[in-house]
Amino acid sequence: MSPIGVDEWVARSGDRRQQHSGPLGALSRAYARVNWWQRLLVLAALGVAFGQIGANGFQQIVAFNSVLYAILAVGLNIVVGWAGLLDLGYIAFFGIGAYGYAMFSSHALGSLLTMTGGAELPTIAAVPIVLVFAGLVGMVIGLISLRLGGDYLAIVTLFFGLAFFEFVNNVDQTNLGGNNGIIALLPWHGFGGEIRSTIGYYYVVLIILILLMAALHLLNESRTGRAWRAVRDDELAAEVMTVPVNAVKVMAFSFGAMVAALAGTVFAAQQGNVFPTNFQSPILILIYACLVLGGVGSIGGAVLGGLAVTIVQQMLGSPTDEGYLFYGIILLALFWKVRPWQYLAATLAAIVGFGFAAHAIAGAISRSAIAGPTGSVGWIGSALRHWVVVPVNGETYGNILFVVVVCALIGIIRLRGIVRLVAVVPTIYFAACCWESRLSVDPAITAEIMIGGILVVMMAVRPHGILGTRRVEIV
Amino acid sequence: MAPLLELDSVRLAFGGLRALHDLDLYVNEHEIVSVIGPNGAGKSTVFNVVTGIYRPGGDIRFDGKSIVGRRPHKITNLGIARTFQSLRLFLNMTVKENVKTATYGTTHATPIESMLRLPRARREAREVDARAEDVLSFFGERLQGYRFDQPAYSLSYANRRRLEIARAMATGARLLLLDEPAAGMNPNETHEITELIGRLRDERGYTILVIEHDMHVVEGISDRVIALDHGEKLTEGSFHEVANHPDVVEAYLGRNPEALQQ
Repeated sequence: MSPIGVDEWVARSGDRRQQHSGPLGALSRAYARVNWWQRLLVLAALGVAFGQIGANGFQQIVAFNSVLYAILAVGLNIVVGWAGLLDLGYIAFFGIGAYGYAMFSSHALGSLLTMTGGAELPTIAAVPIVLVFAGLVGMVIGLISLRLGGDYLAIVTLFFGLAFFEFVNNVDQTNLGGNNGIIALLPWHGFGGEIRSTIGYYYVVLIILILLMAALHLLNESRTGRAWRAVRDDELAAEVMTVPVNAVKVMAFSFGAMVAALAGTVFAAQQGNVFPTNFQSPILILIYACLVLGGVGSIGGAVLGGLAVTIVQQMLGSPTDEGYLFYGIILLALFWKVRPWQYLAATLAAIVGFGFAAHAIAGAISRSAIAGPTGSVGWIGSALRHWVVVPVNGETYGNILFVVVVCALIGIIRLRGIVRLVAVVPTIYFAACCWESRLSVDPAITAEIMIGGILVVMMAVRPHGILGTRRVEIV
Repeated sequence: MAPLLELDSVRLAFGGLRALHDLDLYVNEHEIVSVIGPNGAGKSTVFNVVTGIYRPGGDIRFDGKSIVGRRPHKITNLGIARTFQSLRLFLNMTVKENVKTATYGTTHATPIESMLRLPRARREAREVDARAEDVLSFFGERLQGYRFDQPAYSLSYANRRRLEIARAMATGARLLLLDEPAAGMNPNETHEITELIGRLRDERGYTILVIEHDMHVVEGISDRVIALDHGEKLTEGSFHEVANHPDVVEAYLGRNPEALQQ
């Protein structure tokens, strides 16, 4: 009970400060001390520093993509996070940007207009035209939101997203190329220069992201931003409090569309070609994952989510990095959650002991039960060689183990105290066996499973996202 | 002088239910008028037609201009702001932002100007900030200082009611429609809200139309009382005239059973 005259928020302020102790607390306090443009400068400096360290080709692509997804998440945040409109057609605006750029940067538009030589425009002209067009389409799609809200809006906009894919895939295959897309696009060019390198496009998206974050931060604190958030909280009250709700909703759609289209133009130019499959639902889900993980409604959260999800997803493509991530997460979770240290040491020892015992028993029963190769390569693989049980044909074995591990994890969530700790030991061991025999063999599929797993855990730990604020609907 | 707000045979029906039936009503400038009546009498419906949420038949004039058929935000811009019986704050926005949101209609900076911090956007931001603090200062210490940046959901019930009034004030309206401002408040707070409504007129020059069930409040503030039942005006006049009017007594308490038997 809080004392009389002190409301709950004040009474809990002490708890909130206590909540963040240790290095994480110091970090969050430091974060709170600096103001927004200082944070932005730090981010820009980090971004430029990355560009200067001479990353290899793969790292450059990862960096470019992660910043691109950060831009997309920030744009989605305008519609979903601020205005509270569930827009599942967002991916189409990304596509409109990319295809729009492609039209002006290849022979496609020229042959469409039966001109010889094409309608190639310098980037400085093409991009604004594409943005205006995307903004107008955004307005039209935004009109739907005047009549529909919530789930209904989501369904209708989802159809718009799917329709875009079918449109570019099927309408006018000679000029739009059908599923072969439009290829051999001109890079960003103008003023006698052009951008060809990945790192060049990395700087382009970095500059766009930084400027966008600054502009949207100011917009969020202006009358427009307040109007959007008011509409999200209570449409009727917003309307009665002088906010023209219809216009404001359409504006949100339009702004989101333009941000996505801008990202699309850079994407098309960097890739050098566009294909319909670049704009399908999995990409949309990934953008949503970025935003939800980072924190709906927060610019910083959207950026962090965009960077984190994309980097994790691309890292997971490589078998060695994947192994580091898998075992790293398990160890981190143990160190974070198991206290005091005596328990932690006992648990780790038990896992190691359990493994050698299981390995010995399995080996005694049948030589072939432990003769399979470990999926992990490098030092992890050789370190675990005599610990995990991997039979010669481990596929079925791995599949069964996977189901066992998932069931065990669900069970562990229900257990408490020392029983849970005991249950953790075999579960982790089986997870490691499953990893070595099955999961690390198919990195692409495992990557998706792991992204899903990370999202589930993160959302359970912080439902409002990393940098989001908890939101109430009805109090 | 013509009244500030004038309802001229206003009608509204939901299907077969006549919520308002040829209602005439006026409010003069700087007047405090109370609307009373049992639940379902159509009191809140009067507010909803005046603020443009429902479109009624008949005519409603504000400051001589007909406002029937205009969008709610346009009506508020003309000078009529309201509070809600079931509080409708922007719960996830801060106290100050709640108030600032209501200045949308009186500011004009475009998104581009805001993003580039052009002179008009900066000037308006300063003005809006000053206006919000001024409006909140009207409520004394309760919505001051550290509370500016608290989310609205963290406020107590009474403070939420105050914040709703503050938000309505920030629209720049001349006429405030207060829908049960004392509902759910303890006697002390009720007394305070009574004084506050008086101060709204005396210090800030608002004209006030208020729906209230608490008869102490109605008695304390009203220049004139209007009793409604079944969407029709039963009577109007001073508090004592209305409170003792047989139709009003009947609407609240039912017919005297002895009188029925006779």
